Amino acid sequence: MSSAEPTRRDFLYIATGAVAAIGAAATLVPLIAQMNPDASTIAAGAPIEIDLAPIQEGQVIKVFWRSKPIYISHRTKKEIDEVRAVPVNSLPDPQPDQARVQQGHDAWLVVIGICTHLGCIPLAKQGDYDGWFCPCHGSQYDASGRIRRGPAPANLPIPPYKFVSDSKIQIG
Amino acid sequence: MTGPSTYQPRNAFLKWFERRLPILGLVHSSFVAYPTPRNLNYWWTFGGILSFMLAVQIVTGIVLVMHFTPNVDLAFNSVEHIMRDVNYGWMLRYLHSNGASMFFLAVYIHIARGMYYGSYKAPREVLWILGVIIYLLMMATGFMGYVLPWGQMSYWAATVITNLFSAIPLVGDTIVTWLWGGYAVGNPTLQRFFSLHYLLPFVIAGVVVLHVWALHVAGQNNPAGVEPQSDKDTVPFTPYATVKDAFFVALFAILYAWFVFYIPNSLGHPDNYIPANPGVTPPHIVPEWYYLPFYAILRSIPNKLLGVVALFSSILILAFLPWLDTSRVKSGNYRPMFRICFWVFIVVCIGLGYLGSKPPEGIYVITSRLFTFLYFAYFLIALPILGLIEKPLPLPHSISEAVLKKKGKAAKAAVATVAGLLVVLGGLLGAPTRASAQEEVATPPLVKWSFGGPFGHFDRAQLQRGFKVYHDVCQNCHSLKLLSFRNLAEPGGPGFSEAQIESLAAEYKVKDTNDQGETIERAARPADHFPPPFENDAQARQVTGGAIPPDMSVLAKARGFERGFPYFITDMIVQYQEAGPDYIAALMTGYENAPSGFTLPPNTFYNKYFPAHAIGMRPPLTDKQVDYPDGTPQTVEQYGKDVAAFLMWAAEPHLEARKRIGFQVIIFLIVLAGLLYFTKKKVWHEVEVPRELAHGQDPRATSM
Repeated sequence: MSSAEPTRRDFLYIATGAVAAIGAAATLVPLIAQMNPDASTIAAGAPIEIDLAPIQEGQVIKVFWRSKPIYISHRTKKEIDEVRAVPVNSLPDPQPDQARVQQGHDAWLVVIGICTHLGCIPLAKQGDYDGWFCPCHGSQYDASGRIRRGPAPANLPIPPYKFVSDSKIQIG
Repeated sequence: MTGPSTYQPRNAFLKWFERRLPILGLVHSSFVAYPTPRNLNYWWTFGGILSFMLAVQIVTGIVLVMHFTPNVDLAFNSVEHIMRDVNYGWMLRYLHSNGASMFFLAVYIHIARGMYYGSYKAPREVLWILGVIIYLLMMATGFMGYVLPWGQMSYWAATVITNLFSAIPLVGDTIVTWLWGGYAVGNPTLQRFFSLHYLLPFVIAGVVVLHVWALHVAGQNNPAGVEPQSDKDTVPFTPYATVKDAFFVALFAILYAWFVFYIPNSLGHPDNYIPANPGVTPPHIVPEWYYLPFYAILRSIPNKLLGVVALFSSILILAFLPWLDTSRVKSGNYRPMFRICFWVFIVVCIGLGYLGSKPPEGIYVITSRLFTFLYFAYFLIALPILGLIEKPLPLPHSISEAVLKKKGKAAKAAVATVAGLLVVLGGLLGAPTRASAQEEVATPPLVKWSFGGPFGHFDRAQLQRGFKVYHDVCQNCHSLKLLSFRNLAEPGGPGFSEAQIESLAAEYKVKDTNDQGETIERAARPADHFPPPFENDAQARQVTGGAIPPDMSVLAKARGFERGFPYFITDMIVQYQEAGPDYIAALMTGYENAPSGFTLPPNTFYNKYFPAHAIGMRPPLTDKQVDYPDGTPQTVEQYGKDVAAFLMWAAEPHLEARKRIGFQVIIFLIVLAGLLYFTKKKVWHEVEVPRELAHGQDPRATSM
C-alpha cells in the first residue's frame, strides 16, 4: 500500500468528526436560546407612560418597568442646590447632577432603584445625603442618586426615558 | 470483560487519578476494548439508538420543565406558551412528544430482535428481565407524560388507565382514589404525575446501567447464536461497534426529524388540543399508538377483571420467555418452524395495534379475540412445543464460520412468509375501512394549501383576508385567547405592520386596574391577548342559544377527520397535515337542508361535514358578507378557505420556521449519515475483507 491511503482515511475521519461536532454545536443553540427571555416577556417589557402631575414636590414614587423598580423623585429646590454644590471630583463615581436629569426638567430625577452593590432596593428619603439608603450593606446615595458612602461602586443607573409632555414621561 | 482493567493511561495526572478512581479504566473496558461479536447486524444498533433517545428525552424534558406549569388551570396554556413564545419552544416540545414515539419504535425493534435471535436464553435471563423492567418503566413514564399537557386525551387517558386498578377485588376503589388523590382525576393527580414523570426517566437510566452491566458480563448474543470462542470471533467495541451504531443513530435521526419538523402531530390525537373537560368524554378514546396492542387485548375480554389481568399478563409474560422457550438453539436463523411462528406473532402484534385504534364493535371484537388468542398462543403453546418437535438446521461451529458462509435460502423463506402475512394483514385492514365508511359523514374535499408540504409557507394576503373574516364575523362568538395582537406582526404570520397592530389593538377594550385599585377598561396594547367575546360559558350559552363556541386559538389542530387505511400511512410520507383546515373550510360550506327522516334537535343546523350533522352554530357566512378590497371572490367557499388558513397559522405560528429548519436539519443528517457510512466502511474494511486473505497478514496487528 502506498502512503496515500492513510492520508485519505484520515481526511474522512476528520471530516466526519468535524461535521458531527458542527451538529453538536448547532444542537446547543436551541438548548441555550430557550433560557433567554421569551416573546411574551419581551412584549411585556414595552415602554410605559407615567403621569407626573399627581407627584408633589419632595415626593418619591416607585413604579415598575421590566420588573425593575424605578424611582421618580420630584426634588425640592434645596435638594437640587445641595447635589449641585458638591465638587464632582470628590465623588466615588464622578458625575454632575446635570448629566443625570433632562435639560429643563431639573426637578425630576428618574433612577432604577437597584443598589449597584448587590441588587437590593435602597430606601428613599433616608441616609445622610437626603437620598437613598440601602438597608442590605449600608450604601448611601444622594438626591441625585449618586453613591456617596458604602460598598456600592457606582451611581444608581438612569433608565431610558423621555418627556412626552411637561407632566408625562415615557420609560423605555 | 470482567476483572480488573488492564488500561494504563500515559498522562501523569490521569495515572494519578486512575489509581484513586479507576473510572477511565471502566469506560475503556466497557466501551472501547469490550469485545463484541464480529457478525452483529444492524438490528443490534438499536441498543445504541435507545440510549440516544433516552438522552434526548431527558435533555428536552428538563428544558420543558423550565417552562411548564403543572396545574389544571395553567398546564394547557403553559404548553401553548412553550409552542408560541419560548425561543425554539415548539422544536423542543415536538422533539419530546415525537421522541416518545421514536423511543417506543426503537424499543419494539430491540425487543423483537431479542426474541428472534433468542437473546433471552441462558446466560442472559437477568439481562432480559432487566430489559422488561425498563420497558414497563417506559410505559409508565410515557403514560404520565401524555397526561401533562392536560388536553382531552390526557384527561381521559388518565381516567381510563387509573381505572384499570379499580378491577382489583376489594381494594380496587381505594387504590384508585389513592392514585388520584381525590374523587376523580384532578389537580393532585396532575401534580403527582408530573413529579413521577420527572423521576422515572432517571430510574430508567439506572436500570439501563444494570442492563448494560449484565450485557457486559454475559457478552452480546449474535445472529449466529453461538458464543464467541476466540479473539477471531470478536472485534473491539471501539471503533467497530461505535461507528456502526453512530451510522444507524444518524439514519434513525432522519426519521425522527421527519416527524418532528414535517408531521409533528401525525402520531398524536387532535382531541388533545382541546383543553381537558371533566364533563365530556371524546367519542373515540384511544391511547397513543405504542399502547394500542395492549388496549386491544384489554377490550377483547368481556370481563372487567379478566381484561385487566390479560392486559398486564400480555406484558409480564415477556419476563418468562427464557423458560417458556424450550429450544436450546438461540438464533431464529436456524429454526425454520420458529421463524414462521415469530413472523406470525409480529403480524399479530401489528394487527392488535390496528384493532386497538378501532371502535370495539362488530368484526373488530371478533378479530381482537382471535388475535389475543394468537398472541398468548405464541408464548404458551408455540414456544414450549416447538423446542420439542422442531428439527433445527445445523449450527455453525463458530462465529467466524457463520460469517464466511453465505445465507440465502433461509432469508428467502422468511421473506416469503412475511410477504404472505402482510397481504393477509392488508386485507384485514382494508375490509374494516369499508365497514366504517358507512357512517355517512361526508369527507371534506382536500384543499391545495400553500402551507402544505416540506417547503410550505403561508400566503400573507390569505392570512390577512382570513383575519378579516375572523375579525368581522367569527369573533362575535369565538375567542382567540392564546393569541396576542403582537403575534399578527411577527415573522411567519399575516405580516401586519406595527402601526396596523397598534390601531387594531386600540379597537378592543381590556380590563385593567388603575392606581386607585378600581377595575377599569382601557384600550388594548399589542402585548395584550385578544379579549374573549363572552364573560363566561354561561353568558355564551345565553347569547348563542345553548352552544358554547370553542376557542379558536388551536382549533385547526384540534379538528380533523378520520383518514382511514391506507391514508394514515401514506399521509406520513406525503406529509399531509392539513386535515384540520380542510375540515374547517369544508364545514363553512357544508350547511344543507336536513334530509327527510333526519330530526334536527332544537337550536341546531344540519351540516354534512359535522360528525352527527346537528351543529349548534348557525351558518356563519354568506356571500359578499366580508368586504375584500383586493378583488378576491367574496364567496362563502373563499371565506372558509381564508379563515381556515388563518386558523392554521393561529394554531401553529412557527410553521414556516419549523419547515425551514427541518429542511436544514435533514440535509445535515443525510450528509452526516453518508460520512458515517463511509467511515464505517473504512473501519470495517479489514474485518470484512481480512488482510490475511488480501495480503497474508494478521488483521489484528494493524487494526488497532
